[in-house]
Amino acid sequence: MMEESGSVPVLEMRGITKHFPGVVANDNVSFNLLKGEVHALLGENGAGKSTLMKILFGFYPPDAGQVFLNGHAVNLTSPAHAIANGICMIHQHFMLVPTLTVAENVALGLRSSRHPLTDLAAVTKRIQQLSDTFGLQVDPLAYVWQLAVGERQRVEIIKALYRDASILILDEPTAVLTPKEVDDLFQILRQMAEAGRSLIFISHKLHEVMALSDRITVLRNGCVTGEANPCDTSRAKLAQMMVGREVKLAPDKPHTQICEPRLEVKDLVVEGDRKTDAVCGLSFQICGGEVLGVAGVSGNGQRELAEAICGLRKPKTGQIKIDGQSVPSGNAKAAREAGLSYVPEERMRDGAIADFNIFENFILLNHGQKRFCRMGFLRFTPIHQHSRTLIDEYTVKTPNLETPAKNLSGGNIQKLILARELSSDPKVLIAAQPTRGVDIGAAEYIHERLSHQRTNGTATLVISEDLDEVLALSDRIAVMFEGRIMGIVNREEASRERIGLMMAGVDPDSPPADYCPSPE
Amino acid sequence: MSDLINTTIIIATVASGIRLATPFLLASLGESIGQRSGVLNLGVDGVMLLGAFAAYYTVLKTGNLFLGIMIGLILGALIGLFYAFITVNLQAQQGVSGIGIYLFGLGMSDLLFQKLVGTPRPIMPFRILHIPLLSDIPIIGEMFFDHSLIVYVAFLLVPLLSLIINRTTYGMNIRAIGENPEAADSLGVSVGGIRYSALIIGNMLAGLAGAALAIELGIFQHNLTNAMGFIAIALVYFGAWRPLGVMAGSLVFGVVAAIVLQCKTLGLIPRSASDLAAMAPAIITILALVVVANRFRQPTALTKPYVRGG
Ligand SMILES: Nc1ncnc2c1ncn2[C@@H]1O[C@H](COP(=O)(O)OP(=O)(O)O)[C@@H](O)[C@H]1O
Ligand SMILES: [Mg+2]
Repeated sequence: MMEESGSVPVLEMRGITKHFPGVVANDNVSFNLLKGEVHALLGENGAGKSTLMKILFGFYPPDAGQVFLNGHAVNLTSPAHAIANGICMIHQHFMLVPTLTVAENVALGLRSSRHPLTDLAAVTKRIQQLSDTFGLQVDPLAYVWQLAVGERQRVEIIKALYRDASILILDEPTAVLTPKEVDDLFQILRQMAEAGRSLIFISHKLHEVMALSDRITVLRNGCVTGEANPCDTSRAKLAQMMVGREVKLAPDKPHTQICEPRLEVKDLVVEGDRKTDAVCGLSFQICGGEVLGVAGVSGNGQRELAEAICGLRKPKTGQIKIDGQSVPSGNAKAAREAGLSYVPEERMRDGAIADFNIFENFILLNHGQKRFCRMGFLRFTPIHQHSRTLIDEYTVKTPNLETPAKNLSGGNIQKLILARELSSDPKVLIAAQPTRGVDIGAAEYIHERLSHQRTNGTATLVISEDLDEVLALSDRIAVMFEGRIMGIVNREEASRERIGLMMAGVDPDSPPADYCPSPE
Repeated sequence: MSDLINTTIIIATVASGIRLATPFLLASLGESIGQRSGVLNLGVDGVMLLGAFAAYYTVLKTGNLFLGIMIGLILGALIGLFYAFITVNLQAQQGVSGIGIYLFGLGMSDLLFQKLVGTPRPIMPFRILHIPLLSDIPIIGEMFFDHSLIVYVAFLLVPLLSLIINRTTYGMNIRAIGENPEAADSLGVSVGGIRYSALIIGNMLAGLAGAALAIELGIFQHNLTNAMGFIAIALVYFGAWRPLGVMAGSLVFGVVAAIVLQCKTLGLIPRSASDLAAMAPAIITILALVVVANRFRQPTALTKPYVRGG
């Protein structure tokens, strides 16, 4: 164990094992945390990071193993119990009640000084103190639904500070933040560590882990595969511990020549679910063999843009052309027939039918074709053959063809969808968050496939919150902010800083915000 | 002279509207508490029927109105406990288990009535409680301060529940677990415990609503409520889950019903059309629902059982 100068770790987890039906989420995991350190827990999606932390937070009991706080064995049986022991957790998905105010969210679960009445005035005052001390700007009286993602995160941190947590767990806190917000967050976290709090920082992003932590523990398939110090390790070494083999950190990108635009979008205005304009007059074009990456924090109109192009959402105005032919708006079938494929963001909701099995999901689009259907009856032999070919080609891991899609892991579902969408060799491909929540191995493969499709002459629109992914895949990058394109930059001219600023709605070399850019 | 008659009629109509609104108000206040915590109970009508019979039978045997009311409340609490067990612990589908409660209440209240009472016998109804001073105010006094105790209780519950829901930690917990139970759980709020208590209180009010109805009418019969519990559920949506809104809805419903009754007695509606006219409150409620209910969102976790980590 890493006991520096004989000090007892504030937290020690010894031999933690946790089974879920069919998986070992944690396998004899040991982990410790010293006072005032930021200890990163690094691992791919599904490595068991969240599970380990939920055990620590009293969400699940472990099957085996023991938790020690300051050297004493404890059995944390509920979140309330964990909080009472000074442990707070900021979950991967924010745990906020949107219909309550910031102050109410902070006060939730605490004993009120005016019991049974609430004491929101006192809570508000204390929040203001904390927000001054740590530079966390929030309005305690605002409703959470009114807040942007970055602000919500600050509320989560204030919740932890308010409870005076000595151990703070942050489960992938940067997933939804802009680079600037990530920097701010890191500063606050360092400040908290210097004040003597101990932090567990979970991430699957190597550069973040390197930048922030004092110590790194790597998990793979539920096992600890290594512990490292950021000073004497490298991103490549960490990636290897994470994945278990060497990985290319960005795929090669052969250059293609410019040709005719295959997808043209002109003056597109799309209404969002809240009946306000989510996309306000976008125009751009993508050539065959070109990838246009759309960067931006999600919720800035990306989903609406994708759905409008795919005919799933009728735009208010605007035109969409594929290979020079105008596509009737709000008509998904026509868009498909014009040669469009779509890999949706919500893969379980829009991309596959969870309860359908593998081969049914493969023929969702073309079960009416003669080769799969005769006189209204499905022809199972060719369908099975087709499915088996795709499974082999795309290395979809599944027990058999009858397995329901919902039983596959995220990465394999995404491969299934990708296989279906690319099997028609589309003219235009819209891929939204193609690797979100997918393990590195699968992500690598998906990136390769997208690049391959690019060399085949497909015009690809990749929408992603992951800036690294956008930078790795795109020829040009468009940054969306509040329904507008802040600017389109060529990959060569794009830096993380510049894109990051644009994601926050700032562009030093662009006209004011009400300006709708013309194509190129 | 005719002015005087008109005023009398208006006063009588408003007063009877308030009286008619009372059981709706009690039941929908109760339902709104449960729904605020994220649990839908479609069985309100069944609970009301059981509460009504229990109160009726108690009063019939003992002649003690207070005891009748208490029995109605206790019965509601027991059903609430049972329903909470089904929905919280067993995580049953709320839609269908509510229907189960309704059918059970409908059948059981009738069975007990047939076995224990047989032929309907009237019981002593509530006494009118004139509020000193206030009931002497002309017009207003007669409209609002000339009712039985249960009417005052029902309407006083409105500000009380508003206070509880909006100003107490308990109310904040209810609002939180109806919206995002996981968040509340992660802060150590007992989702199951709060839902149990909300359902027990809610069903007590439904039981009380039934008891009030039976004692007000002084009688019990098969299907006494005639689907009032379902209208109470609609009124929860109408009132956007807020006590004040629910009260407004109940009053609209009660007053329209009173106007229809009044018109019938005055012969303003031909006999042949009286059944049609009886639909008026329901139709008006539906229209109002369409207009009002779309503006507000229901509690996000409504009908969703909570499983930790699920
Ligand atoms: N509640 C659960 N029920 C069943 N399986 C689960 C549950 N939570 C996590 N798992 C599984 O446990 C493994 C580890 O998941 P998780 O701890 O969420 O990984 P990470 O946070 O590292 O991405 C995954 O294979 C996941 O599918
Ligand atoms: Mg996780």
